Amino acid sequence: MGVDFQPDKPIYQQLIDRLAGEIIRSIRKPGDKLPSVREYAVETGVNANTIQRVYREMEQMEIVQTKRGQGTFVTEENARLVSLREDMKQQYVEAFVKDMRELGFTTTEMIRGLEEYHDEQEDRDD
Amino acid sequence: MIEAKHISKRFLLKRAVEGIDLELIPGKMYGIIGENGSGKSTLLKLLAGLLRPSTGSLKINGSPLTRKSATDIAYMTDRGRFYPYLTVKQLVDFYDSQFHDFKKEKAFRILEYLAIDPDEKLKYLSKGNLGRAKLAVTIARESPFILLDEPLSGLDPMVRESIVKGIIQFVDFERQSLIITTHEIRDIEPLLDEVFILHGGKIIDHQTVDDIRTRERLDVESWLKRKMQGNESMS
Repeated sequence: MGVDFQPDKPIYQQLIDRLAGEIIRSIRKPGDKLPSVREYAVETGVNANTIQRVYREMEQMEIVQTKRGQGTFVTEENARLVSLREDMKQQYVEAFVKDMRELGFTTTEMIRGLEEYHDEQEDRDD
Repeated sequence: MIEAKHISKRFLLKRAVEGIDLELIPGKMYGIIGENGSGKSTLLKLLAGLLRPSTGSLKINGSPLTRKSATDIAYMTDRGRFYPYLTVKQLVDFYDSQFHDFKKEKAFRILEYLAIDPDEKLKYLSKGNLGRAKLAVTIARESPFILLDEPLSGLDPMVRESIVKGIIQFVDFERQSLIITTHEIRDIEPLLDEVFILHGGKIIDHQTVDDIRTRERLDVESWLKRKMQGNESMS
């Protein structure tokens, strides 16, 4: 229903990640208006209180801006969007490294694994 | 606010619910979960003022909660029947005549959203459409508390989804509170702020959904299962 959520993370955080991902991929561009709280609640199948929290936290992160009576908009501060992209990279790298360490891989093995995977993908694209 | 202090309900010798303490504030979505026979429906009827607690105190906004509190509480059950010869439109008129906070125009908007023909007779509606029609008249009230007893029970996935969406679309999350009993937890979880687990008539845990996911790293359904297992191994 709406969005499929992972079990081990609060829904509001998953929605922040989802919106931040869409902003980084330019699906939502600087200055774009986000759906209203209720619209986005219906779209994702989530309680409106949760969406309110999503928008509030994203505002604190300075990724979006709420204009009174107009709605919530993606920030036009380019520097913030660049650092958001960097933050997301960091977050995924950390999660990857943590999982790999738990499985007993060394950093060298991880890097080699990434390079090998990259080369395979390149070959496939040719 | 609805405030229950140590309420219990007995039917003859059977204890249906026991020693319930809870506080429900407007603007929150609550789920009461637990297996069949755990006392969910009895608790909801107590909160609706349809049953009187055998012991304990139950208040709404500081006054005793009674049958008359129905003016502030909208209640829907999957059991109760409507007059089958009424049309959906006549059902709306009936609700309009019974409840001062009923918004007729809103009822028709909800029916339209849920694709229910107002001229259809209730007896010709499918189970899913009857469920939708009941939801429409229930949430067309502006009462501060809306109590739904198993709103998704026995309905197919499409209907369940439209009922959840209807609730999100039309309930005023800032002013109204929703209290839902359910065992279809997966569909309802994204709607909820807080969850009570009822087991053997007692509340054995109460958490916010965010806390369950953050601290326990579980969704509500898995959390319930783990709690129930823990409870069985103790007894």
